[in-house]
Amino acid sequence: MSPQVSAEVMRARTFRYTWWLAALAVIVVISSVRLYTGADRITAPGTLRAATIGACPILLAGLGGLWAERAGIVNIGLEGQMLLGTWGAAFFAYHYGPLVGVLGAAAMGLLGGLLHAIATVSFGVDHIISGVAINIVGLGAVGFLAKTTFDDLEGGGPRNLSGYSTPPEFTVPLIADGARSLADRHWFIISDVAGAIAGVTTRLSVLTVLAFVLVAVTAWVLWRTSFGLRLRSCGENPQAAETLGINVYRYKYVAVLISGAFAGLGGAYLAMVASSSFTVGQTGGRGYIGLAAMIFGNWRPSGVLTGSLMFGYTDGISLLSNSGTLVHALLLLVAILLAVFAVIKVRAAERTTGLVIAGLSLGAFVWFFSSDTVNASFTGMTPYVVTLFVLAVFSQRLRMPAADGKPYRRGGAG
Amino acid sequence: MRRVLDTVVGGLLPPLVAVVAAMLATGVLIAAFGGSPGDFLEVIFSVPNDRVLLTIINQSAMLSISGIAAAIGFRMGLFNIGVEGQYIVGSCAGAFFAGSGLVAGPLNILATLVVAAAAGAAYALIAGLLRVYRGVSEVISAIMLNYIALTMAGYLVTNYGQASGYTFTTERLPLDSQPLGFKIFADAPGDVWALSSLALILGIGYWFLIARTRFGFELRVTGESATAARASGVNVKRMTLATMALSGAVAGLVWMPAYFGSVHTFGTPENFQAGLGFLGLAVALLGRNRTLGIFFAAALFAFLSGQSNNLQSAGIAKDVIDITQGVTVLAVVVAYEVVGRRRAKTEAERVSRQLDAEREGASA
Repeated sequence: MSPQVSAEVMRARTFRYTWWLAALAVIVVISSVRLYTGADRITAPGTLRAATIGACPILLAGLGGLWAERAGIVNIGLEGQMLLGTWGAAFFAYHYGPLVGVLGAAAMGLLGGLLHAIATVSFGVDHIISGVAINIVGLGAVGFLAKTTFDDLEGGGPRNLSGYSTPPEFTVPLIADGARSLADRHWFIISDVAGAIAGVTTRLSVLTVLAFVLVAVTAWVLWRTSFGLRLRSCGENPQAAETLGINVYRYKYVAVLISGAFAGLGGAYLAMVASSSFTVGQTGGRGYIGLAAMIFGNWRPSGVLTGSLMFGYTDGISLLSNSGTLVHALLLLVAILLAVFAVIKVRAAERTTGLVIAGLSLGAFVWFFSSDTVNASFTGMTPYVVTLFVLAVFSQRLRMPAADGKPYRRGGAG
Repeated sequence: MRRVLDTVVGGLLPPLVAVVAAMLATGVLIAAFGGSPGDFLEVIFSVPNDRVLLTIINQSAMLSISGIAAAIGFRMGLFNIGVEGQYIVGSCAGAFFAGSGLVAGPLNILATLVVAAAAGAAYALIAGLLRVYRGVSEVISAIMLNYIALTMAGYLVTNYGQASGYTFTTERLPLDSQPLGFKIFADAPGDVWALSSLALILGIGYWFLIARTRFGFELRVTGESATAARASGVNVKRMTLATMALSGAVAGLVWMPAYFGSVHTFGTPENFQAGLGFLGLAVALLGRNRTLGIFFAAALFAFLSGQSNNLQSAGIAKDVIDITQGVTVLAVVVAYEVVGRRRAKTEAERVSRQLDAEREGASA
């Protein structure tokens, strides 16, 4: 082993080590904030279960976005494909059971993806335009399909359907109960981690497991197989990929179809796990939040997961009752994290950015100490504000696929 | 003659083909689910009654304004997907200001328009500044800003508005600031809104700005090639900011005709019409960013939406018209792309034929 390689390995290890340390630090801060404010609900099992359920649709949409963008196609149509998925899940589950429902949702999303692929890959249409059009079509199609296919059903109406069976849920024996009793002790750190474990292992849906498995599958396929390498090369430099004999069109098609199917699964999650009934327009912008999670996660599966969990948390707690005091406690967390960021930025000789963040931090502190509760409508805004913040502050460190969103035509190189 | 043919084939045929294709696709979908496409076409192409005509005119005015806002960005190569958020912000700010009655009488209208435009411009500038100084794609930031706008507007109205029934709205527009409309249709309940004329004014202004001013020229040059523009002394950063602000200012005005014409108060979702921003993007694309094109496209979309209200009686969900509109946009951009490729190919062939001929002439 040459000394250079070993240095690289060392650097990679230090890097990973730093991340684990950062994660631990965040948990310590969260736990301290919980003890200081007395808002034990921050990491209570119920809260974290709601957060998990909030995270999964965003995660699936985000992974969908990742697949498409890694092949160089921006998929703003995620929202529309997700909508198609909600209808597919309800329709097929009602008539043929939950398994076909999930498959049907994926198929409907895939259909939306196909439309996007035809427009952007075969005809070279601007990706954003096609995405916007697909979102318009998706909403219209779901409204039309619901009225046509659900109106006469028992439990159905022109814009909703209930009474179909959903995928099974299970509680992991021993672990769930043990973790829950630990979480109820409200101990420093231990109870927070236990709360997370209890939240995830209690009444766990099969679809939730599938969502998390798909993160690993995505990471493995895209980064550990030659298929994934070729697919990513289409997103980095399609002309170069073409000269190596890769059929760029085919890879882009496959990527966008998978992207649509993932978004469809996200729709299925909304109509089958997050709720047990279907309504028109159920996604409420989660396709866009998925896109935000992907950008926040720097176009990487682990990053998409982190972003989704964070945004899912804010989405989940907005559904809890009396979330005002809970959000108020989180304000302190935000203020502390911002202060840490500010210090990092100032030390990295980015004085102006650091000072701006310090100002924001100070604002959050003042807000925390001068009020008792925060209006719930602000929690719904969190994903968007956080993403804007990340884009504004870390845009130089984000790296999207080099040819992302750029038109590509076969034989167009030089 | 050739040029006329080119204009017809390149400019008018694609939208026509797109509309026909969209109708066809919608018909096929309706038939696939056991409906009657014949009924659909009959309702859509029936002669609209006065009530529907009135809706069409008022809606096409708002869609035109939204289309112009989007087109300003498009002409410079900026995708202002934030029109939606900017017009929410403009509407909210305008309604709060107008309802407060700070300025009395008809002058209130003018002042409100300024406030709404300024609010829209300021909101658009956030995306513009992020792009210019932090290199953030305006599409991504604007998507985030759209949702932030919706939430903020809801928050402001529930906390600083007044309760009316179960919802919250801004204070009602004072009576002395309500303009009279144009009574054109005898049988329609209501008038053509006075501020629908804003669409005409803005349309002409847009044409003049783009075609007849230095700013418009620089805007188009930057849209064609930012590097060429920079080389010829255009300050691209400043142009980006100015264009975003201008686009946002127009976007801020989108809902003003409805506000002054009949709604007189703002509150989401009941006392507001969401979605005009995204449709504006579609209208601008369909109309190829030209004033007349935008007017036609807006009229077409308003016509489809207006007629779709009668679809319920034929047993078809009116949502189906969204499919028609969405497919129209998709089909028209595909058609333009195909025409563009065809044209580039013919051009290349012509050049190579000419070169061949010259070479033969030289060797002979």
